[in-house]
Amino acid sequence: MASTYTPIATYTVASAQASYTFSSIPSTYTDLVLIGSCKSSAGSGSSYSLGMRFNGDAGTNYSSTYIIGSGSTATSGRSTSASYMMPAGTMAWSASSEFTPMIVNIPNYSNTTTYKTAIGRGSQTGAYVMGSVGLWRSTSAINSITVAPEFSLNFEAGSTFTLYGIKAA
Amino acid sequence: MLNSLVGIYGNGVPASTNSYESIQTVTVGAGGASSVDFTSIPSTYTHLQVRYINRSSSGSALSTFVRLNTDTSTANYSVHRLFGDGASVTAQGWGTGSFTAFVTGTTGGSDTANTFGVGIIDILDYANVNKYKTIRALGGYDANGSGQISLNSSTWLNTTAVNAIRLDSQNTFVQNSTFALYGIKA
Repeated sequence: MASTYTPIATYTVASAQASYTFSSIPSTYTDLVLIGSCKSSAGSGSSYSLGMRFNGDAGTNYSSTYIIGSGSTATSGRSTSASYMMPAGTMAWSASSEFTPMIVNIPNYSNTTTYKTAIGRGSQTGAYVMGSVGLWRSTSAINSITVAPEFSLNFEAGSTFTLYGIKAA
Repeated sequence: MLNSLVGIYGNGVPASTNSYESIQTVTVGAGGASSVDFTSIPSTYTHLQVRYINRSSSGSALSTFVRLNTDTSTANYSVHRLFGDGASVTAQGWGTGSFTAFVTGTTGGSDTANTFGVGIIDILDYANVNKYKTIRALGGYDANGSGQISLNSSTWLNTTAVNAIRLDSQNTFVQNSTFALYGIKA
């Protein structure tokens, strides 16, 4: 039986870099799943979220709604008309020994009828647990995904990202 | 791949099999659908997962109801959820007699065009006849100025193995709403 849940590509950051792009994503799957284990170059106490763009679009075509728990407080917020979405959560800061795990699901990424929505979870040990949903206001099929720490900092060495494709019957 | 070849041509271990399998997919057509059914679900998996995008024909910020084995009696379900709407966080719980299981974060006709809610529903140990069934979901939508993100957990107070899942809209799922059922083997 053909594989249903298939690894497409994986990348490990060798030295600090600003972003990474999964390109030439085949349209043959139903959903995409991005699993990350990552941290940013942020200083201690500063938490930056995983930012995501599709198809190289850096326009203000993204928005997000999130929920976050800090251990003492639960809050919900959003960003609108932004140049990236934040579909997972905040990342560990540079001095931490932790790499933040996060999972982002992008259902029906290759249809050309609906805007694209990503939903995910992340957790930064000792800081936050988050759930988030992001929107890209485009009906284009997704063929590339670019991730960056809010497109303003670097990923630290050792950060890893693996992209999977899920194929429905 | 090497393992597969050894299994076929030699006395090595058997070729690997998939542990995550697609069971059935339903995409709503032009006429819409008030509900989507997965029936005759085989008992041969360990867990089930439903992955979806959906939109209802009217309203805003809706929920999708989940009914197991045609059981629509609210007396047999309890629900909790933690959700955020971009401004505030709400934690809610309902004992039996209020709702069947549901997931939060379906868009409706009043929401921005082309925006669909998305979600993932997990039913672990669905075929175990010694346990009540827990339906866990992560769902939500964003419409650039509105939206919801929600963690939902529901219990079906029945030890019967799950053989059918119905997803009910609060009105009508529109065209291109898609629901995919997967089975996971241990």
